Amino acid sequence: MVDSHDRSPVRSARSGDIAVIYASDYLNKLSGERIERECRAHLGAGCRALVVDFKNTGLVNSIGVSIMLGVIDAAERAHAPLVFSNVNSQAAQLFEILGLTLHAALAADEHAALRMLSDLNVAHPQRVPVGKHT
Amino acid sequence: MSDQTTKLIHAFSALADLGEELADTRDFEEMVRTTLHVVLGALGVRRGAVAEYMQDDATLRFVAAWGLGDDAPATLPFAAASAEMLSAPHPRALSLSESEQLKLVQHQLGDTLVATLGELRLQLVVPLVVHKKFVGFILLGDKATDEEFTVYEREVVRTMARHIGVGIFNHRLLREVEQRAEESRGLYDNLRTIYRDTVRAFAAAIDCKDKYTQGHSERVGKYSEIIAREMGWSEEQVEGIAVAGYLHDIGKLVVERDIINAPYKIDAKQSSELNRHPAAGYEILAPIQHPYADIPLMAKYHHERIDGRGYPEGLTGDQIPPGAKIVSVADSFDAMTTDRTYKRRKVFTEVVEDFRKNAGKQFAPEVLAALCRAMLKEVNGETKERVMIKLLGKGYLEPEECRPLLVELIAELESGASLAAGSV
Repeated sequence: MVDSHDRSPVRSARSGDIAVIYASDYLNKLSGERIERECRAHLGAGCRALVVDFKNTGLVNSIGVSIMLGVIDAAERAHAPLVFSNVNSQAAQLFEILGLTLHAALAADEHAALRMLSDLNVAHPQRVPVGKHT
Repeated sequence: MSDQTTKLIHAFSALADLGEELADTRDFEEMVRTTLHVVLGALGVRRGAVAEYMQDDATLRFVAAWGLGDDAPATLPFAAASAEMLSAPHPRALSLSESEQLKLVQHQLGDTLVATLGELRLQLVVPLVVHKKFVGFILLGDKATDEEFTVYEREVVRTMARHIGVGIFNHRLLREVEQRAEESRGLYDNLRTIYRDTVRAFAAAIDCKDKYTQGHSERVGKYSEIIAREMGWSEEQVEGIAVAGYLHDIGKLVVERDIINAPYKIDAKQSSELNRHPAAGYEILAPIQHPYADIPLMAKYHHERIDGRGYPEGLTGDQIPPGAKIVSVADSFDAMTTDRTYKRRKVFTEVVEDFRKNAGKQFAPEVLAALCRAMLKEVNGETKERVMIKLLGKGYLEPEECRPLLVELIAELESGASLAAGSV
């Protein structure tokens, strides 16, 4: 896997047709919208699936939720499966209550997310079975 | 933690975030965009917008939109009558997805807007009303859960809408205050222009009375301005000294024309009459509220001398206002460098000699030094405009001749300036 956009405040990486975007420790509007733009950029560049990794994210507030809804929207418009990985338990509960998990799957970590998408064979995109996966 | 508690905490936390974002008024559109994120994220709504009602042209301006792709319009027409209808306090959230409400909503919003909102898949419309004034809408699409908005969620949105409405209302007030301030600035500028034009008209009137010194007041104004700027005065002060230069001889309006225009050396009585003009000028100028400080004093004391042998009060050194010292030098410089019917103007070397002789006696050395420095800069081509060269006429300041004289005189004046009795 090769890191890209080294100079961008949003870190992302590509694994074949899958883009992994790393959310920052606190999702405010500025950093959040950068993530959404990064996702759109990868989809525009031909990515067939997205992983947003929350390993470094302590808190997801209302702004963060709104941004993730934007990511969901972008992924759905591109028919690209979306997985959120490393989501902490509070954020996971919030995503579930607010319906985000109806549109994106949750994976325990980045590798699990990539495995999940590989199993789906993202070359032939289809919706990832949503909900929690470990 | 139960889902209900988590949801409640999330909504409370969103309300706190909203307050924080609304307090940040640096960038209005950024603030509205962020508050829209807060509302959408609080309830898990996938798309939405905040539209501000613009009363002047009866339109809704979409200040922020999220999840609408490229479909969000910049503005939509919105009838003033509808805005009036929505101005009741504590408005309800209007749902486009509930058929029993649709007729009422169509009545309140108009068929066109309802149709557009339908196309944008925006289904909940929350009017923003502050002090019985309709200021706009929060428009919300479907939730990520695809469920209807509950009564509890509508209350959360209404509460947030009240805060956002106040934010927009305050911004509007600020905009109005800024606009009025801008208008006031424009009026002030107009007044200053009128004032300056009036001053010029007075200067022309003063110079008309003295047929030998046409344009004298205007030239003294310009020389004074150049000297003050060279001495590092602020632009406001420079404008003031220019006005003082234009008006310094206004007192001549009350002196008999025959005395002013006498083509011979006037007698003591006539001289005494003529010497009344600085004090008379003060009397004329003092009742006027000038936009610059000390204009009447500069007129009153422009014939004072550093050594105390001037008039009307025989002030010495620092007793003379700095502006009057500048006008005095500008006045004398113009008198020396313009032809009168009874006297040819001095050549430049004579002017230099006069300055040298009278520095610290009639004139403040640092004011003379500033005039010489400004002249030297023009001679050396260091200034954009060559005002003095133009006023003095072609050939008066020959660079090869005047440059060494000016350099030498400046050095003398500056070295002696600190010792001079009357410093500015």
